[in-house]
Amino acid sequence: MENNETRFLYAGDTALVIEFGNAINETLNARVRNVYNALKAMKIDGVYDVIPTFRSILINYLPDVITFDKLRKRLNKVLNTASSVAIEKKRVIVVPVAYGGVYGEDIKDVCAHTGLDESEVIKLHSSTTYLIYMLGFLPGFAYLGGLDKRLVTPRLKNPRTKIEAGAVGIGGEQTGVYPLASPGGWRLIGRTPLKPYDPHRESPFLYKAGDYIKFRPVTIAEYELISNAVASGSYICEEDII
Amino acid sequence: MGIRIKSVGPSCTIQDAGRLGYMDFGFPVSGCMDADSHYIANVLVGNDPKDAVIEITLGGFSCDFTSKAVVALTGCDAQFEIDGVRVPMYTAIYVDKGAHLRCGYAKTGCRAYLAVQSGFYLKNVMGSVSTNVKCKIGGYLGRALMKEDLLFFNSTEPNIKRVNNRSVKPRVPNSEHLSEAVLRVILGPQDDYFTEKGINTFLSATYTVANDSDRMGIKTTGESVESKAGVDIISDGMPLGGVQIPASGMPIIMAADRQTTGGYAKIATVISSDMPVVAQLRPGNAIKFEKVSVSEAVKIYKDRKKYLENISKLWKR
Repeated sequence: MENNETRFLYAGDTALVIEFGNAINETLNARVRNVYNALKAMKIDGVYDVIPTFRSILINYLPDVITFDKLRKRLNKVLNTASSVAIEKKRVIVVPVAYGGVYGEDIKDVCAHTGLDESEVIKLHSSTTYLIYMLGFLPGFAYLGGLDKRLVTPRLKNPRTKIEAGAVGIGGEQTGVYPLASPGGWRLIGRTPLKPYDPHRESPFLYKAGDYIKFRPVTIAEYELISNAVASGSYICEEDII
Repeated sequence: MGIRIKSVGPSCTIQDAGRLGYMDFGFPVSGCMDADSHYIANVLVGNDPKDAVIEITLGGFSCDFTSKAVVALTGCDAQFEIDGVRVPMYTAIYVDKGAHLRCGYAKTGCRAYLAVQSGFYLKNVMGSVSTNVKCKIGGYLGRALMKEDLLFFNSTEPNIKRVNNRSVKPRVPNSEHLSEAVLRVILGPQDDYFTEKGINTFLSATYTVANDSDRMGIKTTGESVESKAGVDIISDGMPLGGVQIPASGMPIIMAADRQTTGGYAKIATVISSDMPVVAQLRPGNAIKFEKVSVSEAVKIYKDRKKYLENISKLWKR
């Protein structure tokens, strides 16, 4: 179905966009991911950076190495083959979160808005396996799909000027982790001791588009233990393959 | 040894050719705004064209040399002088130990570049030494340069003979182009979000560079570009030079520090060869957008590449 909607769009003389459709859903995003994975594996000469999003892929290329028309031909072949490729196994990254208290002072706002008590909010938030649709906005910032409708809470009227790295929040129908300190308007419900982004680690980013995230509630004591392990480089991230 | 920074003006950062390969993780590219001036500055002193340089915004920069050096200054003419004597732009210059380099403020243009032979001794982070202030990485301690910062050279034995008489003319003479810069664009990726009237406005009106422009984007004011039914899109990839139209209808040209994705429709994309012109725009400059085809843009791309390669072929490294 979405094949008919696939369009090639100009993005200047050194980039093009493959647009698969104009909606946010898992089917469309899986198509983006399959094509993205195929492109990464192919290493087309002249293509140097590829940005997968909810429903499109931006491809940066060197027009003296490969022309728009040649690239489009190559990409059409990829589109034809990648559509039949089975989606890879799901990689689920477990993200420990200390909910409420000093790390998530806005959890009381979420309770007030939703009518749920704190333990229900934590249970709902940590029982979903969230798909990472794309990374953007900040380095390593994951756009997650799948927040339980019962947890939807509007953003703060006055955004905070600084939110600490690792803060976990809810903003409207979205939830996610701030990978680095930044201003922001989400309701903060907890914090993870993990560093979703660390430029000095061998792999600077903990997760990529197409991975899944599951939050695991931890006590303050466990938060501190993990935090120390992360700081010393000895922490091994929990992962499930499903 | 190297240089001790004495003043920095509005902003000075270390930049190179950018941090490529991480855009899929949401990581901005950074790198020199004016890629041509960056390339030429390095060639003049005998460096690799991708080596790191100091990007000086408008002027106000000064430093002391704690060892002898060979340097080149490119980009906007910020009236550089060494020990009180004006020095030429786009020329390899020998500098004595103890010398003082300073500049005034550029009359036209916005960004000047200082390259030193052998390059600056800096830590590479994720494939680049470009400063990314927001992420606090690259460059000098992940921040803009400040007074009293000490930058070391990779080698303290400069070879002026190797670069004697190296001097070139810039491709884009500042003053002529910047009083009313014509930026060539390719329509898309979301030109279909705009009415015919909106596209005509975009391609015929004169826009003025706004005060709050920076390395992330050049904001403009002028006639509002009319959309069919709003400008919000589902966030997608952001190309270099992408021209976003936010709700106000005023074009924003996305530059080196742009986010990798964005949620406003992009009516057009400034061609890569005109981004060095964008880099030299300052608040108050006038801009017009001119439509070109992809094949025209690729021809311009190849001409520009040849121009730069010819400069590097003038001399052996």
